[in-house]
Amino acid sequence: MQDTFDLTKFIFGRLGWDAIPFHEPILLATFAGVIVGGIALVGIISYFRLWGSLWNDWITSIDHKKIGIMYMILGLVMLLRGFADALMMRAQQALAFGDNAGFLPPHHYDQVFTAHGVIMIFFVAMPFVTGLMNYVVPLQIGARDVAFPFLNNFSFWMTTMGAVLIMASLFVGEFARTGWLAYPPLSGILASPGVGVDYYIWSLQIAGVGTLLSGVNLIVTIIKMRAPGMGLMKMPVFVWTSLCTNILIVVTFPILTAVLAMLGMDRLFDTAFFTNDRGGNAMMYVNLIWIWGHPEVYILILPAFGIFSEVVSTFCGKRLFGYTSMVYATCVIMVLSYLVWLHHFFTMGSGASVNAFFGITTMIISIPTGAKLFNWLFTMYRGRIRFELPMMWTISFMLTFTIGGMTGVMLAIPAADFVLHNSLFLIAHFHNVIIGGVVFGIFAGLNYWFPKAFGYKLDKFWGTVSFWLWSIGFWVAFTPPYILGFMGYTRRVSHFDDMSVQWLFQISFLGTLMIAGGIGALLMQLYVSFRDRNTARLRDFTGDPWDGRTLEWSTSSPPPDYNFAFTPVVHDNDTFADMKKNGYQRPLADFVAIHMPKNTWAGFVISALACVVGFAIIWHMWALVAVAFVVLLGTIIAHTFNYKRDFYIPAEEVLKTETARTRMLESHV
Amino acid sequence: MSEIKATMTGGMTPAEVTARYMAREHHPEQGTLLGFWLYLMSDCLLFASLFASYAVLGRNYAGGPTGAELFELPLIALNTAFLLVSSITFGMAMISAQAKNVGKTKLWLIVTGLLGVAFLSLEIYEFQHLIHLGAGPQRSGFLTAFFALVGTHGLHVLFGVVWLVTLFVQLSKHGLTPENFRRLACLSLFWHFLDLVWIFVFTFVYLMGVLP
Amino acid sequence: MNPTGDIAKQQADLIVISVLLMLIIIVPVMVLVVWFAWRYRKGANAAYEPDWDHSTKLELIIWGAPLLIIIVLGLITWVSTHKLDPYRPLDRIDANRPLAASVKPLEVQVVALDWKWLFIYPEQGIASVNHLVTPIDVPVRFKITSSTVMNTFYIPTLAGMIYAMPGMETELNAVLNKTGDYRGLSANFSGDGFSHMKFAYKGVTQADFDTWVKEMKTGTEVLDRADYMVLEKPTAKEPVRHYAQVEPALFNRILNRCVAEGTMCMNQQMHEDHKRNEMAAAIRQLPKDGKSMLAEALEMCVAPFNTVKK
Repeated sequence: MQDTFDLTKFIFGRLGWDAIPFHEPILLATFAGVIVGGIALVGIISYFRLWGSLWNDWITSIDHKKIGIMYMILGLVMLLRGFADALMMRAQQALAFGDNAGFLPPHHYDQVFTAHGVIMIFFVAMPFVTGLMNYVVPLQIGARDVAFPFLNNFSFWMTTMGAVLIMASLFVGEFARTGWLAYPPLSGILASPGVGVDYYIWSLQIAGVGTLLSGVNLIVTIIKMRAPGMGLMKMPVFVWTSLCTNILIVVTFPILTAVLAMLGMDRLFDTAFFTNDRGGNAMMYVNLIWIWGHPEVYILILPAFGIFSEVVSTFCGKRLFGYTSMVYATCVIMVLSYLVWLHHFFTMGSGASVNAFFGITTMIISIPTGAKLFNWLFTMYRGRIRFELPMMWTISFMLTFTIGGMTGVMLAIPAADFVLHNSLFLIAHFHNVIIGGVVFGIFAGLNYWFPKAFGYKLDKFWGTVSFWLWSIGFWVAFTPPYILGFMGYTRRVSHFDDMSVQWLFQISFLGTLMIAGGIGALLMQLYVSFRDRNTARLRDFTGDPWDGRTLEWSTSSPPPDYNFAFTPVVHDNDTFADMKKNGYQRPLADFVAIHMPKNTWAGFVISALACVVGFAIIWHMWALVAVAFVVLLGTIIAHTFNYKRDFYIPAEEVLKTETARTRMLESHV
Repeated sequence: MSEIKATMTGGMTPAEVTARYMAREHHPEQGTLLGFWLYLMSDCLLFASLFASYAVLGRNYAGGPTGAELFELPLIALNTAFLLVSSITFGMAMISAQAKNVGKTKLWLIVTGLLGVAFLSLEIYEFQHLIHLGAGPQRSGFLTAFFALVGTHGLHVLFGVVWLVTLFVQLSKHGLTPENFRRLACLSLFWHFLDLVWIFVFTFVYLMGVLP
Repeated sequence: MNPTGDIAKQQADLIVISVLLMLIIIVPVMVLVVWFAWRYRKGANAAYEPDWDHSTKLELIIWGAPLLIIIVLGLITWVSTHKLDPYRPLDRIDANRPLAASVKPLEVQVVALDWKWLFIYPEQGIASVNHLVTPIDVPVRFKITSSTVMNTFYIPTLAGMIYAMPGMETELNAVLNKTGDYRGLSANFSGDGFSHMKFAYKGVTQADFDTWVKEMKTGTEVLDRADYMVLEKPTAKEPVRHYAQVEPALFNRILNRCVAEGTMCMNQQMHEDHKRNEMAAAIRQLPKDGKSMLAEALEMCVAPFNTVKK
């Protein structure tokens, strides 16, 4: 230890000019692109004078609708980053045979596949799913917002700051090279002394706080803020799946927080949680991380199941078959998801009885899942099916996810898993269920609820192009890994010796290009829809473009800030369908002032400070850690002194808004 | 495309139909306490993970000191007394708050805060002493798990004290408004929860640690 | 895909059976999805029952049929998991030839290093890097550990995989039925050199195996603790190497992380901790004077806990 106090080290830690990857052409090019894109974006915002609106109407907004939209934007941006990683990986694996080392040496390839997994799960799938739940649940239960609007804003910004940290690792330092779950001892300080794993830990800790609070928020919303008459068994199925999802979030994310904190302590303070010496136990990490990890994938899929329930019912013009058993199936899945975690490491040697127990519990989950599938099937039976995009995505899901589920049950047999663990078969399986289930569900939800959020539908032509490219491209990309897994090929490999299988990797790359086309078509769809948003073909004048059955379709598109001028009273499932059947007409007079929460800067600022603290810890910049933490704490305390967080929308303004809607409805009947 | 059909429910007028489906005045129930309970249960799971890690690592001494050799039970008993009494004094604060007596509420809060600070001071002293003996968190799996579990509890108490001070200032500024009362209720839940966790800590860590 | 080991063969059969069982449900479901989507599309003028949303009979089938399949699969799982447990000593050479309980398996000790494989044959007293040879139709017992990070020991044609973990020993029992050249790998990502962490695996007849062992013993290289310390350093794409002599009980030292001079073996450490604990407990049971007297008396014998890290 030095005798003199090194001030530079105290301030800058291990951050230095060598942290910036000047010698990496791919990264430099990306950085240049980001700078150009960033300047263009700043230019556009400045040209249209949107800074004020950006701050006042979006960044500081506590409106669940705006926050939901921002989550979707976050997910979309990160999808592009995560998918770029996928393209690079597939290209490398298609090229790197024999003497050809490919273009990604292990040092980079390992970061790419780690980042791909982390980003897709935490910063694409979670935000998309959270965004849809945030937007739709309050509308479906007849509420004006979530239970804790400020916390909602804060949760969003914490998630975004986690994404910011992970993106920063591209340009300052490096990312983890451990795989998306960062098992020790590989992720410990001895095997991974650099900043990569620290970026991993802190971006996930920050995002994790956001997710946990969002979970609390939505549970209280669903329990306490349902419209009068909406008993639990009259809620839309999407609300039920959201409830179960958020219960899972509250019950599992603390474990992620704890285990990442333990890993962080091992790295920062040289503790002995997961070390090889001094009595640490790396197997404990594997257990804890998967006790979180398995419920996590159910957190992703349950909302998708909810979306499919809504979509099938609406586009078949029929009540959902077996509502009660759908609810029970969802709850059973929620509970069982907690009892299967060991199936992720059958090969760790726990013994036959333990392995068999967890294998059997895993298989049991397929029963309620299958029940759901049958219920959708029998909703289609004797329905009148309209093949709008949401329904198309649902059919593709039913065919794709079923295979994925089957391969899952195959993996659930321990003796089979001994052959297939960590193989390309496993990769194909989880992409099968996540893409076929979660991603297709998100696309279905996106196409379904987009008109509600923006007042115009998404273009069907480009949506159909995207649909086919994704649906077929998925199978082209992931059938080869199924085959290769049986041949004994394992995951995370950046170079191969046996030239005879190269063609399979090349086909997989082709499929990935098709999916890239699907994403391109999605972007085209968004652009064309925006461009043509006022045409008769796309514009939603009534607020009910699909002949919907649930309450959100009773509002205008987009809904007013207050959602409902009067809180609806519920008498049956499929509330709006019930209202329409009985000749319900909107109230046109006698409005009252509406109590609303105010926007606030606090969520954004506190999250930004948390991001700074995280960055400073990663780089061991202790001075900055201390200062930023004190400011963070001070800001939180200062915010609690703000008691004036609400206002009233005057009755006249409500009248004005509702009258405008009446006029629009009358002119477009 | 929404079809507003002409069928009516049992001969009701359109206005009656509409009235059937809307509530004139609706005040959603307060969700703060439920929300805080949910957060607290998630915190419970955080502690559960730490207890689990202590269960796994708790006998990995790696040639280092054991609990029996390190723990000074009289000190821990004193600390436990501090915390348990502080729960009682917080309870007194809540009773005063319910009786709408701001002055007494603040007084009991001060006593609670002082007891909390006493608890923390003694704990810091204990940790310092252990580190001085060479029994810091880096020494062994057992000590890592010990410091993590007891230390996390201590951190929670520290945040509780900071929150208590903040709430004290807010009570002085605004009095016992419904909002402040809700905040007191939440802090009360938090404080008692920490007390409960401590009972598990001194049972499973200290008392059982002294046994072989 | 064409396994030559008996265990691997049983695993392959298991996969096939489970797939067939599941297809019983899956194929009809997928057919129904496509059929219903076509039959009940809006323009098709099929029957339309918008309010039909319940059928107890159907619910029974929906929950019952998958349940039955899972019960069958569950039974298969329970039985096969126990039968194909890597720790379980083999009871057959292949489907036709059972194995007598008295037959002693060939023991091979496996160490996953960064990023190569070390194989030690304790009975034969030889070792090799990235090259494994075993006789066919003879049960082999692999004892596996790792030096720094988690790997898995996997020979796809032979049997399933099992984790290799530092400070821990896992076991795999397997038997090869066909001679040939195969490959093995690590199937758990372990760092920069992971993609090249493969080894050659050769299956030979018993006679050829004995010849090979004799040939190996004529070599000059020796694997002792110092050599191991060098071998342990991270390298990738290591060439095959053979050792004619191995320091006895080297694997035990590797497993208990005390190859370096002056380090204490983990199992010994745990044993001493345990003893010290018991002694302290015994002293505490004594009456007050007895305690201090005994403590004084033992002062010279009871080792104080060491405050210095290893």
